[in-house]
Amino acid sequence: MADNKRIDAATGTSTVGHEWDGIEELDTPMPRWWLVILWATVVFAIGYCIVYPAWPLLHGATPGIWGWTSHGQLARETAQENARRAPILAALATTPIDRLPSDPKLLAAAVEGGRSAFKVYCVQCHGSGAAGSRGYPNLNDDDWLWGGDLKTIQQTITDGIRFPGDDKTRMSQMPAFGRDGILNPAEVDDVVSYVRYVSHQEAASAAAKRGKTLFANNCAVCHGPDAKGNRTVGAPNLTDAIWLYGGDRDTLVQTVTNARYGIMPAWGHRLDPVTIKMLAAYVHSLGGGEADPAAPAVAAAQAGENVGR
Amino acid sequence: MSGADVADGPKPRFFEARRKVFPRRVDGTFRRLKWAIMAVTLAIYYVTPWLRWHRGEYAPDQAVLVDLAHRRFYMFSIEIWPNEFYYVVGLLIMAAVGLFLVTSAVGRAWCGYACPQTVWTDLFVHVERAIEGDRNAQIRLDRARWGVEKIAKRGTKFAIWLLIAMTTGGAWIFYFADAPTLAREFVTGTAPFVAYSTVGILTFTTFTLGGLMREQVCIYMCPWPRIQSAMMDEKSLAVTYKDWRGEPRTHGLKRAQAHEAEAAPSLVRLAQGEKVGDCIDCNACVAVCPTGIDIREGPQIGCITCGLCIDACDEIMEKVDRPTRLIGYTTEADMKLARAGGTPMPPLKRLLRPRTIIYFLIWAGIGCGMLFALGTRTHMGVSVLQTRNPLWVRLSDGDIRNTYTVKVRNMEGRPRSFAVSLSGIDARMWTDGGSRETAGRTVTINVPADRVAKTQIFVVAPAQGPQRSELLFTVTALDGQKTAASDGSYFERPEGNP
Repeated sequence: MADNKRIDAATGTSTVGHEWDGIEELDTPMPRWWLVILWATVVFAIGYCIVYPAWPLLHGATPGIWGWTSHGQLARETAQENARRAPILAALATTPIDRLPSDPKLLAAAVEGGRSAFKVYCVQCHGSGAAGSRGYPNLNDDDWLWGGDLKTIQQTITDGIRFPGDDKTRMSQMPAFGRDGILNPAEVDDVVSYVRYVSHQEAASAAAKRGKTLFANNCAVCHGPDAKGNRTVGAPNLTDAIWLYGGDRDTLVQTVTNARYGIMPAWGHRLDPVTIKMLAAYVHSLGGGEADPAAPAVAAAQAGENVGR
Repeated sequence: MSGADVADGPKPRFFEARRKVFPRRVDGTFRRLKWAIMAVTLAIYYVTPWLRWHRGEYAPDQAVLVDLAHRRFYMFSIEIWPNEFYYVVGLLIMAAVGLFLVTSAVGRAWCGYACPQTVWTDLFVHVERAIEGDRNAQIRLDRARWGVEKIAKRGTKFAIWLLIAMTTGGAWIFYFADAPTLAREFVTGTAPFVAYSTVGILTFTTFTLGGLMREQVCIYMCPWPRIQSAMMDEKSLAVTYKDWRGEPRTHGLKRAQAHEAEAAPSLVRLAQGEKVGDCIDCNACVAVCPTGIDIREGPQIGCITCGLCIDACDEIMEKVDRPTRLIGYTTEADMKLARAGGTPMPPLKRLLRPRTIIYFLIWAGIGCGMLFALGTRTHMGVSVLQTRNPLWVRLSDGDIRNTYTVKVRNMEGRPRSFAVSLSGIDARMWTDGGSRETAGRTVTINVPADRVAKTQIFVVAPAQGPQRSELLFTVTALDGQKTAASDGSYFERPEGNP
């Protein structure tokens, strides 16, 4: 190949030595600044290797003279971000949760903080959209077992439900009417008929009529004489359309026979009060949050002005 | 096989040193045109960011401002939002088609007169000349040994170049922030780092490209000369050496012999029948060329059609008493006609041909379309995003609730209120901070000046109905302006409802 090199007469440039059907390629020289840039990149690369970690060794890499590491950079940036958030978190720590709605900026910050905390601690049971599943309440809806205002939600998260090891945990226990022999299977069937009648799933029947008496004697103490539930003991409203475990006949027979015992951890033992406050604000913002019953006036005023942010 | 063996010729070089170009000073029509265009383009570049335009208390008062932090682009009375980027795209397309139009009509006018590389190189060349002298003095200085004079001249030249380069970079940053404020911050050292780094980078590139690399940028780096050959045809103007008139080249003396043989009998006469061309081979056209080419070799990529060789040649032609424009702007078609002894086409006929007319129609069409869109655009907008996790929520009374994130844009420089209404299904709605008890057919959203408000809207409807229904959110301005915007979405119900 190299033997065929020669000078092209027309241009005075040497050829590269290839020939295709009489067509030859000129070995036109590159401009010198091109070469200069090449050497500049080489020099830059050497400098880079000296300044930054570059060459892999057995345990780690050459450290570089500036001591830069990606871990160090992350730590620095995390510290900066934490410093930026500190005033908001401090304000959240000192503001009682029922005062949050009167400070829309702080509330928005709390909701966003709660959104990310929810994704870490709550999604395992309640789902990433807080829609829950069988046995785990949907937090988007307007049905609350223990209450749905900010303060109540905060307490539920802090102390949990039936959580052993927390003195203030929300506690209630439905008797296992069938298993413990309080009601016989036929009576259980009658009570289920009645519950399905009051929740508009079944028409009135003789069984439901028998069930009504049984309900008044055994169930009304917790669920109320009108079956609308009781929030002080977390007894669900049986007349509405929302069923935590299911409202079909088989599930209800199961529930009355064996009772249910759902547990939620008391997060007060694991999370700081500010995180819990933010979680409560987020859950409250999902669309089913209730106004503070102690301050109805504030809620009405809030409803009127939906100022965009 | 022609040519010699490598062994006989010079050693092949892998890298070529730059051939130094020392353009000589010239005066004439095109030089003066270049002065004028340089003055106008530089004035536009430097003055524009300092123009003020009052927009009220919610918007900046700079006439032309690219506000990257708030994602707004202001140009006199026009304010462009990121979602209206098509206006910017339209301008870019118009610039491209405009270049097609100009190139097909008058050739590489962009390269020769308006390109920033040309304008700044020209500026640097003039500074060079003022300090080092004209071509011959520059060549002498270049060959001279380094001494006090050379160091002083080069030093002064580089210092002034650096100053020009810095003001170039300095002007650029004022397009991106309030100019007087930034200028103050820049001088007191409190401007953001990006301002200093931008000025630094632009100073470096201006100095290197305009001062040191010059014609190498046009010949090696710029893709545009390659592209625009596709837009030129035989009716586009190009700087042309009229070889049919100029060849064979003869020196001035020879020319004198041809005419004044009787008067000067001592001089050598031309041979019988020898033709005499107008080109006297004085090399003036080569000496003035900023890219260092010889136009007499025909059209070439190094020619930026600046016309300085025309001015130089005209000057000589007047001196030797021959008609000017031995080098001139001519089309390939006219050149063929002239060679055959015909008369050139009238300029208007040459300009108005299908190619230029089509380019103009495309250009004007986009322009008119954009003006129309700009004139009729609404200063508001809405976009609706349905919450998909969960798609629907069953409420305690059995009704179904869907959630939407509604973004309402207020593109005016004052706070406004908007009514959002719902159509398509029989439903009621409420927003953040409200509750089902306050639900109604419409909700009101207040949007601060020049902002987008993001609101959650909860919509509730009976469970009975199709699994998926279409619905439409319509936003109406409550300030009496008859503008509305709407965006569609869906209402989802659980499977298996009646």
